[in-house]
Amino acid sequence: MKFNKSLMSVICGCAIGLSSAANAGSVITDGSTSMEKVMGILIESFEGNGIDVTYNPTGSGSGISAVQAGRADIGLSSRALKDQEKQTLVGTDIAYDGIVLVVNKANPLSDITSEQVKDLYTGKIQNWKEVGGADAPVVLIGREAGSGTRDGFESVTGTKDACKYRQELTSTGDVITTVSQNANALGYASLSAVNDSIKVLSFNGVVASEESVLDKSYKLQRPFVFVTPKDKALSQDAQTFVDYALSAEAKPLIVKAGVVPAAK
Amino acid sequence: MKLKKHQECTDKIATVVFTSLGYLNIVFVAVICLYLVVSGIPAIGKIGFVDFIFGTKWASTSTVPSFGILPFILTSIYGTLGAILIGLPLGFFCSVYLAKFAPLKIKQFVESTVDLLAGIPSVVFGFIGMLVLVPGIQSIFDVPDGSSLLAAILVLSIMILPSIIKVSIGSIEAVPNEYELGSLALGANKVETVYKVVVPAARRGIGVAVVLGVGRAIGEAMAVMMVAGNVANMPGLFESVRFLTTAVASEMSYSAGLQRQALFSIALVLFVFIMVINALLNLVLKERGKKK
Repeated sequence: MKFNKSLMSVICGCAIGLSSAANAGSVITDGSTSMEKVMGILIESFEGNGIDVTYNPTGSGSGISAVQAGRADIGLSSRALKDQEKQTLVGTDIAYDGIVLVVNKANPLSDITSEQVKDLYTGKIQNWKEVGGADAPVVLIGREAGSGTRDGFESVTGTKDACKYRQELTSTGDVITTVSQNANALGYASLSAVNDSIKVLSFNGVVASEESVLDKSYKLQRPFVFVTPKDKALSQDAQTFVDYALSAEAKPLIVKAGVVPAAK
Repeated sequence: MKLKKHQECTDKIATVVFTSLGYLNIVFVAVICLYLVVSGIPAIGKIGFVDFIFGTKWASTSTVPSFGILPFILTSIYGTLGAILIGLPLGFFCSVYLAKFAPLKIKQFVESTVDLLAGIPSVVFGFIGMLVLVPGIQSIFDVPDGSSLLAAILVLSIMILPSIIKVSIGSIEAVPNEYELGSLALGANKVETVYKVVVPAARRGIGVAVVLGVGRAIGEAMAVMMVAGNVANMPGLFESVRFLTTAVASEMSYSAGLQRQALFSIALVLFVFIMVINALLNLVLKERGKKK
């Protein structure tokens, strides 16, 4: 009996000691699912400072309310802050990302104009053959209402409140998976998240890439923003992370993630 | 003398602790009820009861928002009904077979697989549904997109199977052996005995299984969010639909103001539904008991 009790207390003591050592400093980031790759690369290369950075992919709208409510140190938004949000929050652009239109690999299309996008997403054109594809109905995939990607897409294409989605998914990755499985699907996703499972369309003849996003010739783009409270100063650890993300050594990493760094 | 005092003391302490824990349980339920009612009523007041419950358009983030939840209510009802229609006969006959007709080895094997099925998290069901069921429905029924009410019904019916089977097996096995022996002695064969004597005797437990199944089906959010399409349409078998649960889950994290209060009202409606279903089923079971 005695032996067991002392053993248990030793084990508990060790556990507490180890866990407190791990909590050296922590930064909680919360928000955009499109920023997954960028955050992944930044956090990985930031390791070794004793500061533990966590990333919760919940969507831009949710990240902004998390910062407002104090649940996160840095909110991640893939759209610019609205006027109402600017009253209590400050946004720092860390990168610019293109929103690309994606279709299934079996789709013969390679380019799409803004007129066609508007007509397709508002339901005016309902069959692929009207834009040069196969004779099949168009399946429109989009994001949920709080998504930064959806906000960016709908404001640039002028389709706010008018899109007739077939499916509303909750992350950029889900859109890509769904489009890759349905030959008639059309969706939009972050340029940094695309992979070989789907086909990326050029927009108005411009192919999305770091160069075309940087010189603004690719119109369908939006900023990646670090959202922080206006009146409260950031914690030391969070400020270190933000400075790191804007520094020159982070620039090639951000490019590796597929987006354009904002820092000059 | 000393021993008696010590025992009495422990007795008293134990009674107090257990009673307070029991009351704590009731307090939890009461607090949840109260919180739901208090947070849900304001939005219903602002939007108007008829407009809220019977309105057919849900557009919570557009410039002129509308908050009609009839599509969600009907989708949840149809989805649960569909899941019960498929899951109940399947689960019931499976449990009768396992409890009464199966050889011991098969029974043990199938029971352990049912246990495994019960332990699988909803996300996994949703994931498999998204990768297998949705493309399957698309190719079999030749529809443009497989995410639909049908996909959600199929996923839900598989999810409620384990609870129906396990509880039904338990209640069928709890029927005293004498009933079966008496019936066989009077000349009935095995199948007649099982369906006319044992199953009616286990009726209460099977009713509990149905309630558990309905409860799981109507409360499921994650799995259906991945296969149903999540657009606020009026329900149709091959339409993209949104359930009451997914309506709350998909908008809760970023909602504000009237939209957030409306989501609480949806949760209140869901809660009322579950209570009504429980009450109805209890009533039906009691009446059938009385008739005897």
